Amino acid sequence: MDPEGSPNIAGAGEAPVLEPGHTLATVTDKISSIVLGRGTTKGWMLGFAIALALLMMFNVAVTYLLIKGVGIWGIKIPIGWGLAIVNFVWWIGIGHAGTLISAILLLLHQKWRTSINRFAEAMTLFAVACAGMFPLLHMGRPWLFFWLMPYPNPMWMWPQFRSPLVWDVFAVSTYATVSLLFWFVGLIPDLATLRDRARKRAAKIIYGILAMGWRGSAVHWTRYEIASILLAGLATPLVVSVHTVVSFDFTIAIVPGWHSTIFPPYFVAGAIYSGFAMVMTLAIPIRKYYHLEDMITMRHLDNMAKVMLATGLVVAYGYMMETFMAFYSGNIFDRSMIMNRMTGPYAIVYWTLIACNIAIPQSLWSRRVRSNIPALFILSLVVNVGMWLERFVIVVVSLARDFTPSIWNMYYPTKWDWMTYIGTFGLFFTLFYLFIRYLPMISIVEMRSLVRETDKKPE
Amino acid sequence: MAQIFHHSTNLISRLSIYGGVFIIAALGAALYGIELSPWYTDQHVAQQQPVPFSHKHHSGELGIDCRYCHTSVEKSSFAGLPPTQTCMTCHSRIWTNASMLEPVRASYRDDKSLAWTRVNALPDFVYFDHSIHVSKGVGCTTCHGPIAEMPLTWRAGTLYMQWCLECHREPEKYVRPKSEVFNPYYEPPKNQLELGRRLVKEYKIQSLQNCSTCHR
Repeated sequence: MDPEGSPNIAGAGEAPVLEPGHTLATVTDKISSIVLGRGTTKGWMLGFAIALALLMMFNVAVTYLLIKGVGIWGIKIPIGWGLAIVNFVWWIGIGHAGTLISAILLLLHQKWRTSINRFAEAMTLFAVACAGMFPLLHMGRPWLFFWLMPYPNPMWMWPQFRSPLVWDVFAVSTYATVSLLFWFVGLIPDLATLRDRARKRAAKIIYGILAMGWRGSAVHWTRYEIASILLAGLATPLVVSVHTVVSFDFTIAIVPGWHSTIFPPYFVAGAIYSGFAMVMTLAIPIRKYYHLEDMITMRHLDNMAKVMLATGLVVAYGYMMETFMAFYSGNIFDRSMIMNRMTGPYAIVYWTLIACNIAIPQSLWSRRVRSNIPALFILSLVVNVGMWLERFVIVVVSLARDFTPSIWNMYYPTKWDWMTYIGTFGLFFTLFYLFIRYLPMISIVEMRSLVRETDKKPE
Repeated sequence: MAQIFHHSTNLISRLSIYGGVFIIAALGAALYGIELSPWYTDQHVAQQQPVPFSHKHHSGELGIDCRYCHTSVEKSSFAGLPPTQTCMTCHSRIWTNASMLEPVRASYRDDKSLAWTRVNALPDFVYFDHSIHVSKGVGCTTCHGPIAEMPLTWRAGTLYMQWCLECHREPEKYVRPKSEVFNPYYEPPKNQLELGRRLVKEYKIQSLQNCSTCHR
């Protein structure tokens, strides 16, 4: 641990992961009172109402889609994927930060993960839920989604195992399952705390069922620790594998702009990049509104900014190599693909993406920027936009210029595309608002273990 | 502090953990069973018709050849349903007053087709051709079952893709000599596999299993 010191003197990088002055009791009181003590506040109600309204818009868009079919979207050959796949990749990518924080940083004993891991994992789950919507809806007949699963059936058919789209099904469903289990196992002791502190009978019963009979005995704790480590071990490869498989959706095809070996690593880096940006986007307002500055400290924001900077540079390297290889290979299709990206009809999207993902985030090198909360918030939004544009460039711009010039076409999202996309924010934030209202958004158990460490060196 | 849950909750929660797995597995098995059951597939379910036409009587007892009525089976994808005139070739002479046959006579008088209930109908996304099957040694009864024993006709197979693929994957188990294709009483010989392998070679049966063979 770093030597204790006030954050005013030391830089943000040396700030503590938990402000001094907390005891075991104050940590539990503070976090559980957000759920049990404050009740439903006006601010929460307003936010929830907006999120729910967006979710209703999503329902309208999906209902009309089911009635009319995917023709209401802007997709047309050769651009058969459109926003649905852009949004799928974007949401899945966002989830990755949650898994990285909760699994890899746990195994690496990074203490600063403690206060952000719970809601980062929740973010992962909700982002995967949003992501899962798009391929399902894009199928055209979503009620036959189970055909993607290998199960005994009277058609005597298996899914096409050679297709990366089927690998996607396994990758994403595994990811969702492991993330849910990991999140839930981590919640159990905290749910027991809420059960014991709840005053209303309904709350006692609901938290009681969810706590699964947790009594906090030594046996319980041993099993809890083992289960956490095992699940962390299971989740760790998923951080790398899920977005690798998602990138296979593109690289296995031969479309110029997709068929590239650099995709897996640069997709994973991009996923973590956008994921940390999203954690930042969520953490900054939450810590302000719920006065959690002592638990989500400047140290957290600083570390997240550094991770963003590092993964952003990997992504930048990916863009650079794509461009370099197009010229170095001498392949005319790759060359024209890159030229089309940079100077074609979608050039504005490409250069905005370069600005959002590479140019503007370089300001994170400066310590002043990393300790400036409004700047960090804006930067996190910029990166989220940039990563969305990156997927747009990959999916749409590549498809729009296929091998045969006679089928070249432009893609314009329709209002239904946008309603579905913005609607998933409704789904995401509805779930997120329910989460911060009814579950402890910071792990009480793990924060208490931090108290012991900050207590060791009282000054 | 009072207990929230009754003592029995321990047992219920343990049971629900074990039960969850088995209940979900059993539900899946039950659904699969329903999907294969005659209740869902109409397999072996005799269909009511406007006239209780008996294949057992005409094909079995009288020995009328299949092609007398299903005339296009060797030339076309569709085996053909006979027009009322075909019925009347005999029934203008025999059983002319049978009340059972009144709908047939009415159809002939008014020049209005009989509305038979289809027994074997494949979905529109499946292309199926009778002529290629009968000319490669697939007998009528291989798919349509013991037609000469059906008083009212029923569907002999499920018409699931599984059912098609059973033969398309191993035609040697089902193929018969071309001379026996229209024999409703044909029994496969003891050495069917040996015979089948020889016929597959001789008739150049390709065992097609591409998606686009049937889903064109």
